[in-house]
Amino acid sequence: MSSTVLIILVLTLSAIGYQLGRKRAYSLGERAGGVKVLHSRPTYYGLLTALWCAIPALLIFTAWQAFEPSIISNIIVSDLPEEIRTLPESRLNLVINDIRNIVSGNIVSGEIKPEIQKAAEHYKNLQSTSNGALSVIVTSLALVGILLIWRKIKPSLRARNQVEKIFTVFLIASSTFAIFITIGIVLSVLFEAIRFFRVVPLTEFIFGLDWSPQMAIRADQVGSSGAFGAIPVFAGTLMISSIAMLVAVPLGLMSAIYLSEYANKQFRAVAKPLLEILAGIPTVVYGFFAALIIAPFIRNLGVSLGLDVSSESALAAGLVMGIMIIPFVSSLSDDVINAVPQAMRDGALALGATKSETIKQVVVPAALPGIVGGVLLAVSRAIGETMIVVMAAGLAANLTANPLQAVTTVTVQIVTLLVGDQEFDSPKTLAAFALGLLLFAVTLILNIIALYVVRKYREQYE
Amino acid sequence: MNNEASDSVRPIDIIKKRLHKRYKAEKRFKLYGIVAIFLSLSFLVLLFFSIIGNGYSAFLQTFVQLEIYFDPVVIDTGNMASVNFPGLVKQSLLNKFPQIKTRQEKKQLYSLISTGASFQLQRMVEKDPALVGKTEKIWVPADDDVDMLLKGHIARDVPESERRLTDFQLELINAWELEGTIKKGFNTTFFTAGDSREPELAGILGAMSGSILTLALTLILSFPIGGAAAVYLEEFAPRNRWIDLIEVNINNLAAVPSIVFGLLGLAVFINFFNLPRSTPVVGGLVLTIMTLPVIIIASRASLQSVPPSIREAALGVGASKMQTVFHHVLPLAMPGMLTGTIIGMARALGETAPLLMIGMVAFIVDIPSSFTDPATALPVQIFLWADSPERAFVEKTSAAIIVLLAFLIVMNSLAVILRNRFERRW
Repeated sequence: MSSTVLIILVLTLSAIGYQLGRKRAYSLGERAGGVKVLHSRPTYYGLLTALWCAIPALLIFTAWQAFEPSIISNIIVSDLPEEIRTLPESRLNLVINDIRNIVSGNIVSGEIKPEIQKAAEHYKNLQSTSNGALSVIVTSLALVGILLIWRKIKPSLRARNQVEKIFTVFLIASSTFAIFITIGIVLSVLFEAIRFFRVVPLTEFIFGLDWSPQMAIRADQVGSSGAFGAIPVFAGTLMISSIAMLVAVPLGLMSAIYLSEYANKQFRAVAKPLLEILAGIPTVVYGFFAALIIAPFIRNLGVSLGLDVSSESALAAGLVMGIMIIPFVSSLSDDVINAVPQAMRDGALALGATKSETIKQVVVPAALPGIVGGVLLAVSRAIGETMIVVMAAGLAANLTANPLQAVTTVTVQIVTLLVGDQEFDSPKTLAAFALGLLLFAVTLILNIIALYVVRKYREQYE
Repeated sequence: MNNEASDSVRPIDIIKKRLHKRYKAEKRFKLYGIVAIFLSLSFLVLLFFSIIGNGYSAFLQTFVQLEIYFDPVVIDTGNMASVNFPGLVKQSLLNKFPQIKTRQEKKQLYSLISTGASFQLQRMVEKDPALVGKTEKIWVPADDDVDMLLKGHIARDVPESERRLTDFQLELINAWELEGTIKKGFNTTFFTAGDSREPELAGILGAMSGSILTLALTLILSFPIGGAAAVYLEEFAPRNRWIDLIEVNINNLAAVPSIVFGLLGLAVFINFFNLPRSTPVVGGLVLTIMTLPVIIIASRASLQSVPPSIREAALGVGASKMQTVFHHVLPLAMPGMLTGTIIGMARALGETAPLLMIGMVAFIVDIPSSFTDPATALPVQIFLWADSPERAFVEKTSAAIIVLLAFLIVMNSLAVILRNRFERRW
């Protein structure tokens, strides 16, 4: 039975359970002298039945789906002949992959050995057994749930309280989800990063000047040193983010000031949503725009000025990233500027200051903490931005201060190290997790500072 | 005393002199503001113009009319797979240009027609076996180079060595043009096919199905969980450090770079739970984790805007806390929550980086039909095509972007309409 059918079956049973529970409550109530003798409204008896039918069944179903592949793989591996089982882990994974491919009818690398074919048959058998067992267990759980509650229903059953308790548990579980996500991110990235730092010392990673993650396959290979010094990567990230901020902060801030202090209502009503469209455009579109329009334009401009411009210059990527961040800076600054009390403006204007003097000497200084917070948030966006740099910035890690040359960033390296099939244990892929840990830590710190600054600022004027 | 005053400079003069400067500075400052807005918006205009300018032509496709003889000798209806359909196309081309004799020239002639032409013939015969033995005039797709030439992306007047089409091929195309057997028609392939290495056969249906499956899972998971989390935090949660921690956490998650969620998905779902790579299941789970904070934050704002009097009234007539929330507060907050959800979904639709991490970046021709089929998503397809060197893929990429932007505009307009129609101001 396919999983979709199974889920639909459980949901149908649960709907039937709802009706049954409600009917039973009604009939019991009538017999005992009217519906009012019931503790709760009949709906709650129905709901209780439905929940007891669906929840255990669906929980078992999810757990089964989550752990089935790894359990079956383990069984298969333990049944494989000795010489395959003792292969190194990476080779073994390849064999398991082959078996899975045979099972799903995909193309398999190389010819199929008989023992692999046998394992695949076994895998298929196990899978269908497991599927059958799952269907039986889930369906019977659902039925047992209905039956149990059906028998428990009596006028004094506190159905509403029980239903509400289940709901509360669901609400609390949902709200703690965020914590689990964070823990999941930290743990998953941290573990892989620690494995990386066992191979490559932390000091080399943080202070090394040479980044070329291609591991040598043969010892005498040229250009495959496998160096993991991340300084050039950091420098590239820093340069592109700085260029982006040089574009985004003046444009975004001035736009926000004009929109909140000068513009009339109609202009504001048109310009503000238009600016926000910039924030809604997917980053892959910006990346394509940068690679197709901006990078060639900058290159041609540079050539006509007699400069040597790389076709993947940091300038092009930074410029387009800056455009993407403009609405981010402008909408945050807009909020902050609007929060400055009108009395402060009135005071400055009454002393004879012009509007621009009021803004420059009163409004902006008053709003500065909030603006700084917004800019910090924007910086963390710039550092973590991926698609624009993947499509428009370079892959080679050059340590340079020239924005016309190609540089690479942390996110570009993560993508290039992890896209495509490779073994999961090589320092090359683990390096991606080390970079990811760094990225997560840096953006987290920036965000915490920014959110703290913005919150403090808001409290000041409330 | 009067003399003294007239000799020294009066303060009012200094002020007046400076006033001129100050007014100028005022004007300059205002101008900076206008320039900033103008520049930002002109980037927007430039972006839209370049995408639409590059992409609109992809909705048209060049077709060539061939006279095909469905040779009963060649076509064995019992064994379709081994029928030499490309041979039929070649024969028809040779009949058309009998003057062509050399191998070199034949090769150049054949390369003007897309390899998709033979598949088209195969489908036609499969659908209607009565065609065998007849001669039909059929419009078949031209090769992408011919397409580019007709759309003006390949210049005719540059030297032969700098052009992807030879002079001889140009002559043939001219002959077709004179006859009127070459035309541009609506490109249905683009909306009905999966990915392909041949630009003229590549379509976005596969990527679109992948996106729809992924987003469906994201919606099913993130709306109930996000809504429930918001309800708990806003209506039930006690004020303590634990809850503060959760709130700080959610705010921070909203600002974590999306690629980090991809790393989480790779490490947890693929390596730990062994879920299949490149599938909408994993994509949906990762995007759920990514959009949850957005939905929670929007839903909380919406719940906050429901005035306390509603709650007090419900509690006053004896409703339980849960009944108050689910019967009275939630229906009033629902439009705002849905708006937030749609905006979160729009963001998820445009997201690429985390999907690259979990392998939804493969070259996949088949159109995915279930959550565990290998699939790509629309933005990933754009990324893949943007990497392809052929000129024709630039056009396809832009067209795919137009489709993606159209979806985003529809979703965002829906959100705006929902907000304007149903949101109540208290």
